[in-house]
Amino acid sequence: MGKVWVYAELNQGALAPTSLELMALARELGDVEAVALGGGAKAAAATLGKHGAKVVHVNEDAAFDDFVAEPATAALASLYKEQAPDLILFSFTPDSREVAGRLAARLEVGLISNAGNVVATGGGFVAKVPYFGGAKLASMKANKKPAIILVRPKSFEPSEAGGTAEVKDFKASIDEGSKRAHIIERVVEASEKVKLEDAKVVISGGRGMGGPNNFPLLEELANALGGAVGASRAVVDAGWVPYSMQVGQTGKSVRPGVYIAVGISGAMQHTVGMKASKIIIAINKDAEAPIMKMADLGVVGDALKIVPALTAAVKAKKK
Amino acid sequence: MTGPLKIVVTVKQVPDPNSSLTLEADNTLSREKEVVLDPGDECGVEEGLQLKEAHGGEVILVSMGPERAKDAIRKGLSMGADRGVLITDPQLAGADALLTARALAAAIKPEAPDLVICSTESYDGSTGMVPPMLAELLGVPQLTFAKKVEVDGSNVKVHRQTGDGYQVVEASTPALITVTAGIAEPRYASLKGIMAARSKEIKLIGLGDLGIERGEPAETIEGLADAATRKAGAVIEDDGTAVDRIIQVLAEAKVI
Repeated sequence: MGKVWVYAELNQGALAPTSLELMALARELGDVEAVALGGGAKAAAATLGKHGAKVVHVNEDAAFDDFVAEPATAALASLYKEQAPDLILFSFTPDSREVAGRLAARLEVGLISNAGNVVATGGGFVAKVPYFGGAKLASMKANKKPAIILVRPKSFEPSEAGGTAEVKDFKASIDEGSKRAHIIERVVEASEKVKLEDAKVVISGGRGMGGPNNFPLLEELANALGGAVGASRAVVDAGWVPYSMQVGQTGKSVRPGVYIAVGISGAMQHTVGMKASKIIIAINKDAEAPIMKMADLGVVGDALKIVPALTAAVKAKKK
Repeated sequence: MTGPLKIVVTVKQVPDPNSSLTLEADNTLSREKEVVLDPGDECGVEEGLQLKEAHGGEVILVSMGPERAKDAIRKGLSMGADRGVLITDPQLAGADALLTARALAAAIKPEAPDLVICSTESYDGSTGMVPPMLAELLGVPQLTFAKKVEVDGSNVKVHRQTGDGYQVVEASTPALITVTAGIAEPRYASLKGIMAARSKEIKLIGLGDLGIERGEPAETIEGLADAATRKAGAVIEDDGTAVDRIIQVLAEAKVI
């Protein structure tokens, strides 16, 4: 059995749920250790232990919270030299991928991103990665040591394995030179009613919504259903809605009970982040749109008429 | 006040997002389809041009790809960038993220730019792994997911988009910035710009010029299987009963 590291992502002291998803995978692959950096690392270590980490390497230096990627890269690189894990798992999230990218370049090993699964084979690791517009699933064998693999959020269900981690406070050599991209202010904009990742119903809009002025129609439907509103990359790029609403490969991954795609054609960038939803309903003008081929119910019609009518019908049903 | 800025913008030629992809025999994505300058990179070029207009300086486009990727560079030059560099070498076909970053870093280093601007992720790969690798190899900090960029002297400040808002992140130049597509509406090339671009320099360089060997890739594709597909369900025309059908599905799923 190889030694597998999980990079535990901490956001201002809170352990990211995706890190526990990684723990569920890591337990299948070898002896699991985790690395937690920044404020809250020791508290996170207890949780990581319950999820199967035998050892958690911690360092609570404030630099990890205050500076982008570089202090974490420096700490991981030096700890790697000492500990030599065979595999380092990262979540394929904006914060973790920045650290993974720098580390993969510093160690000169490269990486595999966007994996939906990893299997151990004959002393090595093979990642399953969507390929060719999502129509194919590639088995990618990691050639380097350490293998660095980034796993898409929501690919695994967190589960406790019982156990307690040995917490090892390690000395990180964070030189001043890595304290460069300084986070000087954090601004919270989202009025988070229901979190997109946790919503039981997600209603997402794409170009077919016609313009940002029509997104309140989706909000009203989401409110009626107790759900959350997402969006395709196309409309996020067009500036209609903030990035925090993007569902897809590099946005958020969701797997709600019901996903309603409104005016979204269904490019892989998007579908990879939502196709694990239990039920998919698509509303689109184009009967040939790829989303129609994966929807449980596809409605060909005018979203701007159907959505308000649906909202009214849901409200009436609730009375 | 800020002196003139030397800005490198990385650009990529990608299959037109509106056309479908095909696979080569060696399982790399074919680039033989209609190709365009990555729409995300157009925003990077625009941001670079706006910074140049505010502070003076130079915008250099650096790309990697087959020789016809010159067309993508030319598009950026017609928007107003000053000159281009294209890393082109048969050995680079199917390059992984690290090899791409190594080649870009080797081409960019001699330019000693104040800023390197990349789009957050490419349209075709959409993994966003090259920028942090490139920042590491250039030895500069990374200011990522920027929806706003301000430069004051040697200080660069960005608004970095996060899941629930944004962070204000600052660093000193030289620095690498990744910009989100919403940062700036790319300008159309004027006729004058298109004419001027014809005589602008695009320097071609190979791996040998950069002193790079290809090396072993991080991964080998061992096999391709058909991805699990969802069964298509009913597709209905909205003849006025669609809402009832949706309500029925929502009720069966027990969300109402």
